[in-house]
Order: sequence, then structure tokens, then C-alpha cells
Amino acid sequence: MLDDLYQQIILDHYRRPRNKGKSDPHDFVAKENNPLCGDEIEVTARLKDGKIEEIKFAGHGCAISQASASIMTTKLTGKTLADAETFITSFLKMMRGEHLFGGKELGDAKALEGVLKFPVRVKCATLAWHTAQEGITSLKDGAK
Amino acid sequence: MVPVLDAVELEEIRDDFPVLHQQVHGKPLVYLDNAATSQKPRAVIEALNDYYQRYNANVHRGIHALAERATREYERARERIARFINAESIRSVIFTRGTTEAINLVAYSWGRANLKKGDEILTTWMEHHSNIVPWYQLCAETGAVIKRIELNPDGTLATPVISPRTKLVAITHCSNVLGTINPIRQVADAAHKAGAIVLVDGAQSIPHMAIDVQALGADFFAFSGHKMCGPTASGILYGKERLLDAMPPFLGGGEMIREVNGTGFTTNDLPYKFEAGTPNIAEAIGLGVAVEYLDRIGMDKIRQHEKELTQYATDRLRELVEIQIYGPLDAEKRGGLVAFTFGDIHPHDLATIADQHGVAIRAGHHCAMPLHKHLNLGATARASFALYNTRQEVDALIRALKEAKKVFGACPTARQMGY
Repeated sequence: MLDDLYQQIILDHYRRPRNKGKSDPHDFVAKENNPLCGDEIEVTARLKDGKIEEIKFAGHGCAISQASASIMTTKLTGKTLADAETFITSFLKMMRGEHLFGGKELGDAKALEGVLKFPVRVKCATLAWHTAQEGITSLKDGAK
Repeated sequence: MVPVLDAVELEEIRDDFPVLHQQVHGKPLVYLDNAATSQKPRAVIEALNDYYQRYNANVHRGIHALAERATREYERARERIARFINAESIRSVIFTRGTTEAINLVAYSWGRANLKKGDEILTTWMEHHSNIVPWYQLCAETGAVIKRIELNPDGTLATPVISPRTKLVAITHCSNVLGTINPIRQVADAAHKAGAIVLVDGAQSIPHMAIDVQALGADFFAFSGHKMCGPTASGILYGKERLLDAMPPFLGGGEMIREVNGTGFTTNDLPYKFEAGTPNIAEAIGLGVAVEYLDRIGMDKIRQHEKELTQYATDRLRELVEIQIYGPLDAEKRGGLVAFTFGDIHPHDLATIADQHGVAIRAGHHCAMPLHKHLNLGATARASFALYNTRQEVDALIRALKEAKKVFGACPTARQMGY
């Protein structure tokens, strides 16, 4: 069962996080924390031609939250804001057990489905995604 | 050194706790989260059932056999608890839902009547949120201010600086993270000399050592039943009668009044003045039984057993080179708990892996966020012991930690990751 949680893909992202740091300059920044765990995360992103050119995360947390943040950045890079939002919504649905991704589109993010067997850890897996969602929303609100 | 509890005695104690005899994820349960809540002996569980099955009735009201029995058992519990802590009298022992409610009672009732702008509440960095937030609320209302006694590098308390403006010292007897046992008598003497009173959060001390509230010099002593083998939603506020008498009531309602007329009310005597509404009768009776249970084994014996176990645990943990233990390393100076971090493995990951090995530990900030911030820590893992824990269980924890190391072996340090 432990292998469902700490899959090789997750451990790999944890050990070698992708897009760790801060986008500079950036078009949006969002910060979230999980006071229960003491986890903190900051997501920054830069757009080009309506697409996410670069998205990075900084902060600290458990293996699940860090790996999930790393995976999130790899999945959202290159997407339009609308596609990124759709992807985040699908991911969060999966993490609520409402919707199962079958397709390839989820890629490494599929590995996080194993976290569902550990209900108290689900919020670790969703923190970065909620933060990215917040960043996108703030950008859209600013544009109105 | 011969352990204070031999294997046979320890096995007898463990037999008193039905919950301990089960498997978790296919492994024997190793329950090391006693600082969060302890398990309950059969005698306590049966006392709850007994009340509901044989004499469920309200207390202090009915003129019938069941009500008389319920009242008798409820008040007998109070007497037992009063003796257990060497209270001034049974009038000074108030049933609450736990430590949190007890401290809130003092903040609301004593605090609002006695504090004004500029007064100081002296506390420490190692308090549980329940001994912080009520004072923040009180300060916001009255304009009083919080001051803190500093920490020494080893996690013990620095000498308190008590100013003429200090009205209250709110201090934990034993830290739920550092494990530090604070020198309450010394602090109380200094506080009293300056005209301040002392509230002691005893939640983490009373399950593990003999408590004499008068010898400690405590004006108020708050604790929870559920951490000391009693039911949840049971707890006590001990207060000096002189202070309690002068305080306005906390909650208004039945039981706390002597008389109510068309325009007002007069308050009941102590301790009922502070026990508005139907209390948690079964739980109060259960706490009385828990106290009797602990007394039978002997608090000095329990303290000695846990001291040996804590020393064993700190020694074994330190065999793992990347372990960082917080608080004093000498078991003499700490209660039966050890908070630690292990290399760069996040405490939540440690707790999940430990759980898969049947070992229940806590991970997070343990309701002590200011302390974690003060020590610049994100989160810690914590193993906390009770009278029924064994060395073999400490060994199981160590094995689980070694497994965690295998899973996360080659992780970069946080610093290398560019914080």
C-alpha cells in the first residue's frame, strides 16, 4: 500500500523537483499554506502569447506536496490559461475520487491518484494545484 | 538498572487497555500518540456504560433514587480528583470539558474582571494554542499585553522577568513539543512576590507525574481527563477558593444559580457557580475512575517507568545520525515525549510510513505554532508515551524510521533545494 503513495514517479519528482524557484519576471504569484502541516508554497508564472511560458514553485512541505507541485508545473507549462484551468479542475476532481482520468493526458499526475488511499494526505497533493488555480483566477480578475 | 515495572507488571497493565490488542495494517498496534490522547482502561469504559445502563439521571436535582446515585458518584469523582491533586478543598475543583474550557473560563471570568490596559500577561514560547489564544482574545478586549519568558538553547525556560505590571503568569507545566518540565514553584514564587497570579496548564504533566497543586504554588491548574486515561470531554479547573469566590460566573444557566427572579439572579456556591447546565456526568464519573486507576498503580511508579522509556527512546533515536531531538536530552528534565526531525524527511511522510508499520505517532505543529516559528521549524514528528508503552514499542518506532530512510534515502537537503 505504501508503494501506492510513494511511487517511483513521485519520489523522482521529490528528489529532483522540476521548476523549483521563482519565475522572474512573472505575471502572477500566489501563496498558500497548509497550517496543519506547516507546508508553504508559492507559485509564480510568466505568460507569452496567452500561454504559460514558465511556471515555478517555491516553499517547503512533505514528499507528496513537493512532488505534486513539481508535477503540476510540468503539466501546466505551455498550456493556455483556459486549458490550465480545465486541467486543474480535472485533477482536483480526481483527488476527490469523483472523476477518474483514464487518458494519457494526465501523465505523471496520474501517479498522485494513489494518494486517495491515504485520505489525510490528499490535501498535501492538492495544495500546489489550488495555489496555481488561485494565481490564474487573480490574473483573470485583474484583467476585468 | 532494573526497570521500575517488570515485564509481568507491564503486561498486566497492557491487559487493562482493550484497544492496545489489535493489528494495524497487519502489524501489532504501537500507540505512541499519548500526548494527543491516551487510551482508556477497561474500568473507565465500564464506568461510562454503568452510568448509562444502571443509574442515568441528572445530578443535584431529582428527588429519586437514580438522581441521588448519579449525584453521589459525580461528587465522589470530584473528591477523588481533589485528593489526587491535593486541592485546597472540593470547592476548588470545577468540572470542565477539558483544559481548553478551563483556561477559557479563567480568561473570561477572572481576566475580564481583573485586567486593564497596559497590564501584562507573562507566558512562554512553548505554550499550546489553548494557553495562547484565550489570552490573545483577552488582550484584544482589555488592552493588556502579552510578554514571554525566553527559551534557553536546550529548550528549558530562562529566568522569568516579572514586571510590576505582570498580573498573570500563564505557563505550561510540561511542553507538548519540547517535553520540558518547567520549574513551576520557582516561577510561582517570583510571580507571587510581584503580586501576580499563576495559571498552570497541566494537560501534559498530570498524566505522567504526581501533582500537588499547593506545593506547586498554582493559583489555577487546568487539565484534561482524556490524556490521563479518562473520557474525552472531561477535565478540571482547580482554582484557589479566594480567587474563585471573587470571580463572576462564566456561563449562565441552570445549576450555577441560587435563585432567579423576574429581574436578576444570585449565584450558587462553589464549585457549582462555574458548572452551568447539565455537566458531562458520565465523563466526570469516568475521570474519577481513571484517577483511581492511576493512583492504584502509583504516579511515582508511572513517572519512573516513562522516564526510563523516554531515556531509552532518546538514546535509540540518537543512534540514527540524522535525528534532531528538540528539548532537553536529560529524561529527568522532560516528560514522556520526544519531538524530532529525521534528516530532511518531512514529519508527515515519517508518520505515514510509521503508520504502515502499525506505529502511531503525531506529525505537525502539535497546536504550538508560535513555538515552531520561534525555533524556525516547519513541523516535527512526536512520539509520546504512557504507562503501558514498552521498550519493544520504541524498537518498532526505530525500525519504522529506518524504513523511511530506505524510501527517501537519497533526498537532497532542503538547503540544496534552494530555500
